[in-house]
Amino acid sequence: MTTFLYAVLLLAATGLIAAVVLYFIAMKFKVEEDPRIDLVAERLPGANCGACGKAGCRDLAKALVESNGQTDLHCPVCSNEEWAAVADLMGMHADTCEVKIPVVRCQGGHLNSIRQTAYEGLESCAFAHSLHAGENGCSYGCLGLGDCTRACAFNCLTMDPKTGLATVNEDRCTACGNCVKACPRGIIELRYKHAQEGRIYVGCHTEDKGALAMKHCLSACIGCGKCAKSCPVGAIKVENNLAYIDFTRCTHCGTCVEICPRKSIVATHPHPAVPASSN
Amino acid sequence: MKTFHKGGVHPNDNKLNADAPAQVLPFDGPYCVLVSQHLGAPSTPIVKKGDKVKRGQPLTENTAFLSSVVHAPVSGTVQNVAEAPDAGNFARPAIYIQPDGDEAEDFISDDPTLDRDIRLSPAEIIERVKAMGIVGLGGACFPTHVKLSIPKDCKADYLLVNGVECEPYLIDDYRLMLDKPDEILVGVSILMKALAVNKAIIGIEANKPKAIALLKEKAAAYDGISVEALKMKYPQGAEKQLVKALTGREVPSGKLPINAGCVIQNVGTCFAVYEAIQKHKPLTERLVTVTGPMVKEPRNFWVKIGTPVSALVEACGGLPEDTGKIIAGGPMMGKALPHLNVPVTKGLSALLLLPDEQAHRGTVAHCIRCGKCVAACPMGLEPYLLHAAVLNQRMDLCEHHHITDCIECGCCQYTCPSFRPLLDTLRLGKNKVNQIIRNRNTTK
Amino acid sequence: MSDEKSVSRTLVVSGSPHIHGPESVAKIMWGVVIALLPALAVSIYYFGLPALRTVLVSTAACVACEWLIQRFLLKKPCSLQDGSAVITGLLLAFNLPATLPWWMTVLGAMAAIGLAKMAYGGLGNNPFNPALVGRVFLLISFPVAMTTWPQPIDYAHPTFVLSATDALTGPTPLGLIKENLQQGISVDESLRTLGVTPLELLTGHRAGSLGEVSVLAILLGGLFLLWRRIITWHIPVAFLGSAFVFAAILHAADPQAFLPPGFSLLTGGIMLGAFFMATDMVTSPMTPWGKIVFGLGCGLLTILIRNFGAYPEGVSFAILIMNAFVPLINRGFKPKRYGC
Repeated sequence: MTTFLYAVLLLAATGLIAAVVLYFIAMKFKVEEDPRIDLVAERLPGANCGACGKAGCRDLAKALVESNGQTDLHCPVCSNEEWAAVADLMGMHADTCEVKIPVVRCQGGHLNSIRQTAYEGLESCAFAHSLHAGENGCSYGCLGLGDCTRACAFNCLTMDPKTGLATVNEDRCTACGNCVKACPRGIIELRYKHAQEGRIYVGCHTEDKGALAMKHCLSACIGCGKCAKSCPVGAIKVENNLAYIDFTRCTHCGTCVEICPRKSIVATHPHPAVPASSN
Repeated sequence: MKTFHKGGVHPNDNKLNADAPAQVLPFDGPYCVLVSQHLGAPSTPIVKKGDKVKRGQPLTENTAFLSSVVHAPVSGTVQNVAEAPDAGNFARPAIYIQPDGDEAEDFISDDPTLDRDIRLSPAEIIERVKAMGIVGLGGACFPTHVKLSIPKDCKADYLLVNGVECEPYLIDDYRLMLDKPDEILVGVSILMKALAVNKAIIGIEANKPKAIALLKEKAAAYDGISVEALKMKYPQGAEKQLVKALTGREVPSGKLPINAGCVIQNVGTCFAVYEAIQKHKPLTERLVTVTGPMVKEPRNFWVKIGTPVSALVEACGGLPEDTGKIIAGGPMMGKALPHLNVPVTKGLSALLLLPDEQAHRGTVAHCIRCGKCVAACPMGLEPYLLHAAVLNQRMDLCEHHHITDCIECGCCQYTCPSFRPLLDTLRLGKNKVNQIIRNRNTTK
Repeated sequence: MSDEKSVSRTLVVSGSPHIHGPESVAKIMWGVVIALLPALAVSIYYFGLPALRTVLVSTAACVACEWLIQRFLLKKPCSLQDGSAVITGLLLAFNLPATLPWWMTVLGAMAAIGLAKMAYGGLGNNPFNPALVGRVFLLISFPVAMTTWPQPIDYAHPTFVLSATDALTGPTPLGLIKENLQQGISVDESLRTLGVTPLELLTGHRAGSLGEVSVLAILLGGLFLLWRRIITWHIPVAFLGSAFVFAAILHAADPQAFLPPGFSLLTGGIMLGAFFMATDMVTSPMTPWGKIVFGLGCGLLTILIRNFGAYPEGVSFAILIMNAFVPLINRGFKPKRYGC
């Protein structure tokens, strides 16, 4: 019985001393933190994707609070309403912005281009890009090794095994833009989402001259300029043998999709006037 | 026998065509001269479509100090100034020349007799080397005049001549040493004069006893040149390892050999310097080995810059049926070519054709932490750690563990029993870290 | 200029290097298995069929356990062909008494593969030597069974041994001496009554774990590993050297209480530990100096546990403790960098 008593007493005494020591240490090293940081952090998505340029959501919250809202920092993942809530808390003015989504501007892949070489080695587009032009010879196209899928914190990009190209899952995407940064060839671009009308964009990124581009890929843009001439609002320009559709001006009329001789222009949604492109 | 101490591997040396004499490769065009064949700023073309060019006429001009020019390998007509695939199949600016007769520039001397008398001053030598488009022929293609222009705060004590050729299969430097020993030694003397050094050491790996004996015998007649046999170990011919082996010095981390008082030139470069200074010939041809386990007749050729590599393969009995990989350079550091339409450049030392069964990577398994990569790394890095750090996007760790010191020799990947793509990741990480460092310096 | 032949053929493009050395994980692992064969042969010779049974049960259980976990829990491709599960199985058996009930062996194998290896992510990720974890798991769970050692078969008076109950049992030399010391019998006297000659220690005619008994067979395997460059000399030399020196110091201080150093090296599992267990690539340091420090620690701890701890044998614990220090050693003992 005494042994038992001693054990209990000893444990209790140790616990008490440890508690007192801990208390004083905690007092000494106490960090004062602005309570607003927690409040802001709660309203952020919490995915820690780093798209805002900070190390994570809490880091962004800290930066917002420390600058008292006097900052250009913005969470691209938040919806307009969510960001408005954060801005409200900080007394900031929240600009509403159009929702964006990435498009992959390449249709090369397995279906439209011939594989001339076989790449072996590290699964990394950045490395493959430093090594060679690509298996189909196109030095502007998708390398198919999935750097963008690994950069996505929301599992919204996946490599389609059939085409060997990255595909975007519209529902999951938060437009954080990490995939745009990850692609060593700048193929991915954030465009207005237009959930109803969809997006019309040039699904090619090659700046090779027409003849060379045609050799690499069936759906390569050859910079012929037909789309630019046909566009009723002048939203298309051709530079460096490549057409580009300005998404802020595009009216989704679908004329270019129909007129493109190479089927390079992609419409994501079926259009009343135009049948959707085969992709 | 001298060698570097830390790390290294011992691949089978496979010098298949050591005894094949160098031949001149006949080719009737068109030649495709890539505008940029060196490390540094690209040069700009100064000829246009339809121009008549003489052999040795400059085709481009320098725009920056760290740059080099190219010359017409043959006389003829400029067919086109367009694009051609480089070794990575990227389209690069190139000048196509259709040969027509053989009209050389007036200053070129085609007299084959040996000329030992160095008439130019050091400054004139450097100017001539620059004008003749000479770059390091060991593979890196670093403009030679830049190496010869020593920064003010440094002093060169040694000229180290690299005749090591530690890569398996490669044999072109060996052929050159056997065929043109005197020219190489005069070239070394010229470089010594340009650098104002009185000691030059030629390092040759011990598996080339004939070349060592021949150069030792000939070098007796030249002041300050000695020949040193080096242990057979890869990468004995890497700049930093060569400095260690020949002088016992170490190049400080992040610095150049000149910071250790050494300038390194390849034997091929020495020969090119001889031709440029004594014969006033621009660098328009080089010795290339065509080799591989399945090649019918492995050979060594004097090839004009701009010849497509397919012509080399044809001259060796055609592409073997089961070729799986075509490598420009040696098997440890060479670049795999996408096809045979790539033109010969100044840096192409060999064309290695590997059969399909040797062309593929092994199946990647887990790292078993055996430490073989650590033991093999000649720079004393920890490849397994850097590999993991790169895969986990920890560039801060990579920088902390000195990924920028990696010389990309490939020893780690060669020795890895799990077939992990160590060098792939290290290259990737090195590029990223260099980018981060550059960004940091510019924002400062 | 276009060459039609080159188009029809798909060339491989990859980063350098384009050649690979002769080593592979499978070659290394099967090399270790070959190196274990002499010791296995000796143990079957001395302990008969129970030894063979334990080895087979342990190996089969390890392989099966790894396969089941990969197939059904991790749903990953099977990697049995690398041979690492076979090695774990063999080494675990080598650390068990030959007559251990088969179900205990299976439990040990499950602890070794499941707990110590696969839970960390499989080959290459485990901080502790799986076979030793299996052995220590059994030693703590079934202390009696794990210290019931069969005596080697006396071929002068052969009795056909088929099952555990048939075999004569007795303590290991280290166990006996420890027991005697507790009863006040000096080391000298124990050694006299023990009646084991140095030759018997070398060939393995003594009680003990089935793979540890024959010093000669283990040395043979160790030399094979060194020759094939699967291991380097650093760990075994540092391990045995530090154990010898430390034991010699203790023996010199009090010859009656501490074993002579030579005897210390020839008995127990120290040889097996130094050549096969401590040199496990996954759980040992990377650099030569790191390996030496690791070996020194193993040697010191082994002698410390043997002489001052509760157990007569301390090799397993010593190696496991040093395993825990490996990340720290790797941090502290970096290779010498060029140019700094």
